[in-house]
Amino acid sequence: MITFMNNSDSEEEPCNERTSLMSAGSPPVPSYQDGLQASEAGEVQAHRKRRAGSSRGPNNTAGGEMSGSGVPVRESAPENEEEELTLKYGAKHVIMLFVPVTLCMIVVVATIKSVRFYTEKNGQLIYTPFSEDTPSVGQRLLNSVLNTIIMISVIIVMTVFLVLLYKYRCYKFIHGWLILSSLMLLFLFTYIYLGEVLKTYNVAMDYPTLFLVIWNFGAVGMICIHWKGPLQLQQAYLIMISALMALVFIKYLPEWSAWVILGAISIYDLMAVLCPKGPLRMLVETAQERNEPIFPALIYSSAMMWTVGMAKPDTAARGPSQQTWDAAEDGREHHRSPSHADSQMSETRGPVPTRPVTSLEELEEEERGVKLGLGDFIFYSVLVGKAAATASGDWNTTLACFVAILIGLCLTLLLLAVFKKALPALPISITFGLIFYFSTDNLVRPFMDTLASHQLYI
Amino acid sequence: VGAAVFFGCAAIAFGPAAALVLLTVAAEPLRVIVLVAGAFFWLLSLLGASLLWALSVQLSGREDAALLLPGAAAAVLLQELCRFACFKLLKKADEGLAMLSEDGRSPISLRQMAYVSGLSFGIISGVFSVLNILVDSAGPGTVGIHGDSPYYFITSAFLTMALVLLHTFWGVIFFDACERRRAGGLGLVVGGHLLVSGLTFLNPWYEASLGPILILTLCTGLWAFGTAGGSFHNVLKCLSCKR
Repeated sequence: MITFMNNSDSEEEPCNERTSLMSAGSPPVPSYQDGLQASEAGEVQAHRKRRAGSSRGPNNTAGGEMSGSGVPVRESAPENEEEELTLKYGAKHVIMLFVPVTLCMIVVVATIKSVRFYTEKNGQLIYTPFSEDTPSVGQRLLNSVLNTIIMISVIIVMTVFLVLLYKYRCYKFIHGWLILSSLMLLFLFTYIYLGEVLKTYNVAMDYPTLFLVIWNFGAVGMICIHWKGPLQLQQAYLIMISALMALVFIKYLPEWSAWVILGAISIYDLMAVLCPKGPLRMLVETAQERNEPIFPALIYSSAMMWTVGMAKPDTAARGPSQQTWDAAEDGREHHRSPSHADSQMSETRGPVPTRPVTSLEELEEEERGVKLGLGDFIFYSVLVGKAAATASGDWNTTLACFVAILIGLCLTLLLLAVFKKALPALPISITFGLIFYFSTDNLVRPFMDTLASHQLYI
Repeated sequence: VGAAVFFGCAAIAFGPAAALVLLTVAAEPLRVIVLVAGAFFWLLSLLGASLLWALSVQLSGREDAALLLPGAAAAVLLQELCRFACFKLLKKADEGLAMLSEDGRSPISLRQMAYVSGLSFGIISGVFSVLNILVDSAGPGTVGIHGDSPYYFITSAFLTMALVLLHTFWGVIFFDACERRRAGGLGLVVGGHLLVSGLTFLNPWYEASLGPILILTLCTGLWAFGTAGGSFHNVLKCLSCKR
């Protein structure tokens, strides 16, 4: 779900709070190693930040001071200036999300179109036990609906399990789970992916080289995601693991089930985040009660200088639930890792951004960032990848789905600017994507093909 | 037919568009958003047109090709309708941005939005027309083996380039005409679009279709340049690097 989540503590904040498109204003994540000493200062800053509309949770003292000094002036700025700032940063942050989402989709589509492995049918996940090989349409539809029900129930069970774990403070368990799943994703799935790519291009690679490459890739990935690393490297790793997860889903979900699951999961996302009894919302509220950040989830952070080590409750909640699907789903647990990395990275970034910040605007620019849950990346890429895989060799369908998803993301961000609370990122984009997929594949394709065969232009 | 044809035709078809995007749109986030929004509106129009065409094919029972002329005309009209819808939305967005900004002016002007939305219409229209053809051109095959013209790829590339530029110019002219409530401009844009689409029906007689279309592109470009406030004087000033 979306990172813009401005958690429900916004009710306590003054009403001129701008939590806008920026990342969640939840209190900063204390790193598990460093204890909570930073969190006090961080929380104060975070509250002030939230009031000023900045999204980052200053986990570093240096940043905190600067933001502290920066905030009061900003608050005294006229209302419309804040609004203008919000919107102006809004456009920039929309682009800051467009770029990684586009990159992830490009990786997935490029792989789908070139590596045959990911479009071959080689069995199914155990969470979609019903096969779609039946001749009758009704039976196939029924099977896909049953598959979806099973999948979504697994997700719900895991989310509730996660909420319970969080309620009873089993942080070590969650932390360990996350590390395990990111290990599996960074090593095993990368190994499989590399193997298939090498097979496709008929490139020979000896085992020592392979071991070296995979080891370095995986180790640096674990460090970047769970600990500290350059922001762009962390972003690149998050994009890569989202792409890997999406590829696994595209391979192992049968066709009709995939579409029904996409639809169902956007409805689930909507309900889990917005309904008062939704597991994700409960997670947020629990975290609020305890006045601690929702434990780190897999979030893509595009913060320019300081990464916000905020937990994104939605992704957090969804992460583990989906992770338990199967090995492939461990990618979702990766969702957790970045947030850990975020918090720790922010700690280390404290001393780093000591370059003089001359103007407030500059400070604000450097502070703000947006975050998007990795689950959203994954499902966007699944939709576009499925379109690329199954749309009868047509590129127009893929492109139409891509534009639809970007527009959905844009609209979601706009709604976020209006409502200033946690919003699910999936429903609008997936709805548009599904509509465009089916209509382009069935209506537009014959029309454009007929036009092209006569070399007619409209 | 080979990578050379693929890259060559892709460069011909999308070179100007890519240059325009890289130089004028890519740096500004608001313009990128307008670009994507314009593409979305064009896709909506295409959806509507394909739906109409599919329905008419089903209902009339005639073969597909016979209904292409009215189908293409409907597509053109729907595109212009969606351009109008895009204008309305962008105008509202412009007002909203102006209201929110500190000095009462929005960070992007309506003219810039006209240009970007025209460009986006052009790019998405060109991509949808020619991408599958380009991908086919990278693979094996012989062009025109059944007696069709062997110049299919290159003429398609030029037509696409012309269409991209035409959409950009039409966007500028259309928005300006809507802003000043001049029906003449609107009529000429719609008429020009219908004319261009109709001329493509003369393919593969390329002298009659491609030639006039390129001339039309040039004229529309000059007209759009004038509409956007340009003049010979401006060009001279720009070239002499005076301010």
